[in-house]
Amino acid sequence: MYGSIAAIGAGLAVLGAGLGIGRIGGSAMDAIARQPEASGKIQTAMIIAAALVEGVALFGVVVGLLGNAK
Amino acid sequence: MLNTTLKAFIWSLVLLVAAPVFSSESEDGETTDVNEMIMHHVKDAHEWHILTIEGDDGHEKHISVPLPIILIDGGLKVFLSSELYHGEHVEFTNTKGEKEHYLVNEDLGYGLYHEKIYKLNQAGRLTFEHGHPTNAKPLDFSITKNVFALIFSAILLFVLLKAAVNTYKKDGMAPPKGLAKFIEPFVVYIRDDIAKENIGEAKYKRFMPFLLTVFFFIWVNNLLGLIPVFPGGANLTGNISFTLVLAFFTMILTIVSGNKHYWGHIFWMPGVPVPMKIFMAPIELLGVFTKPFALMVRLFANITAGHIIILSLVGIIFTFQSAAWGFLSVPMALFINVLELLVAFLQAFIFTMLSALFIGAAVSEHH
Amino acid sequence: MDLVTPDIGLIFWTGLVFLLLMFVLTKFIWKPLMGAVNNREENIQEALDMAKKTKAEMQELQTKNENLLKEARVERDQMIKEAKETSNQMIEDAKGKSKTEADKIIENARASIESEKNAAITELKTQVATVALEIAEKVIREELSSDENQKQLASKLADDISLN
Repeated sequence: MYGSIAAIGAGLAVLGAGLGIGRIGGSAMDAIARQPEASGKIQTAMIIAAALVEGVALFGVVVGLLGNAK
Repeated sequence: MLNTTLKAFIWSLVLLVAAPVFSSESEDGETTDVNEMIMHHVKDAHEWHILTIEGDDGHEKHISVPLPIILIDGGLKVFLSSELYHGEHVEFTNTKGEKEHYLVNEDLGYGLYHEKIYKLNQAGRLTFEHGHPTNAKPLDFSITKNVFALIFSAILLFVLLKAAVNTYKKDGMAPPKGLAKFIEPFVVYIRDDIAKENIGEAKYKRFMPFLLTVFFFIWVNNLLGLIPVFPGGANLTGNISFTLVLAFFTMILTIVSGNKHYWGHIFWMPGVPVPMKIFMAPIELLGVFTKPFALMVRLFANITAGHIIILSLVGIIFTFQSAAWGFLSVPMALFINVLELLVAFLQAFIFTMLSALFIGAAVSEHH
Repeated sequence: MDLVTPDIGLIFWTGLVFLLLMFVLTKFIWKPLMGAVNNREENIQEALDMAKKTKAEMQELQTKNENLLKEARVERDQMIKEAKETSNQMIEDAKGKSKTEADKIIENARASIESEKNAAITELKTQVATVALEIAEKVIREELSSDENQKQLASKLADDISLN
């Protein structure tokens, strides 16, 4: 039972992270299309932002794992 | 590109639908607990399990590499883990009513349950309460699977890098050759695009050894973790203790090298009203710890998740007791495995990048 | 829960191995590697700078050479012009001189011819006068040999005078 609730939580976390990283990736692509010469810097900034969003999602995953292990 | 992806997608759908049809051919057999297999792999162990063979008499034979156990328990105690693994199997019923067993070596006075070492009670047994042993635990400094992988990867990394460096002539004038041709771009990338970019031209040099070591150490361990057989396959970078130590070093570097601008920003945020300053201080102070904490969790969760996904995909075959599922699970596991190759690099890169970013924030002069 | 519980043994070993690895790698790998890379980059930069400098120098030298050449060309032209002028002058001079000389010679010749002519004419005049006198003498002698003749002549002369 704990497991299933944790799975729902993990799913919600993934949903948020997916939306966030998707937006970051989309905006980065827009930016690169507009300024192809700055693609290196945009990529770095994109990875950092994506990593930060992903970090939050991973907290969700860890909580999910915690719930699952009980 | 799109066409190939579409084809791959359609084929996996077909296989997904077709697989249960094949699976009806399977014989009845003992169900394998995939969940336990995965958890066993992902966690640390005191021996390096290679494979299990079912003998003619129905007994399972384990082929594994025994590792030394080092305990501090009123003095240093060193013995091989085989003494525990080949010890007495004690069966008991857990809180869920399932049968479980733990290992006991009464001569040594230690028992092993779920890869944790406990001191035995007077009767030479473990005492369970709410499903957990209540026996005392000795300080365990054993060379476990992960410690072995740690030392092995450190030596491997040194040997590889040494071989690369040896190709350089004394003055370093010739272009890089052999292994150095592969290593050098990464080193230069870390210097130019990570260290110089985030820490700044003036101060990056002090942090280069840390950043380079962290990057290559994480990367090589991520890759070794993807190799399924000994001496690879240890889930070292997906172990919270390992990532904790690395993130701790980043935090220490950030705190030690933080200048007065940095601390000023944390305790007395400039440019905001005084009540806000008081309100912001604890939040900013918390940020000092949450940043490396996120670093720790990110690496741990990414690598562990990768291992779990690959093992779950392979585990489909055993859950459904049919080799036919292999047509679905093997290509998917292969796909994830290739993806994990990318993740192995990406996580090493992100860890290094964010470490440099945090250090850079601590040493930057202007705001 | 086990999964996220840090284990003291692994923490100890990771810390130890990582620190050792960092020191060993710094000493044996990163220092020589970064040294070699930096050295090479510096050398390449130096070589590039040198090439740039040399190029600039070459450019300067070329400009200098060109200027020198231009100057030389101008000088040469000047010299040729001067030489031409000198030679023209000389030719002109020679022409003038020779003309004067020639005129002088011609003048001289003319003068001497004139004087010769005059001399010849004078002589001729003298000669003619002598011959005329002789003839006149002879004629008169003839005429005046008789009285008749003398009379005739006298009358004739007298006629002539009257006619006048």
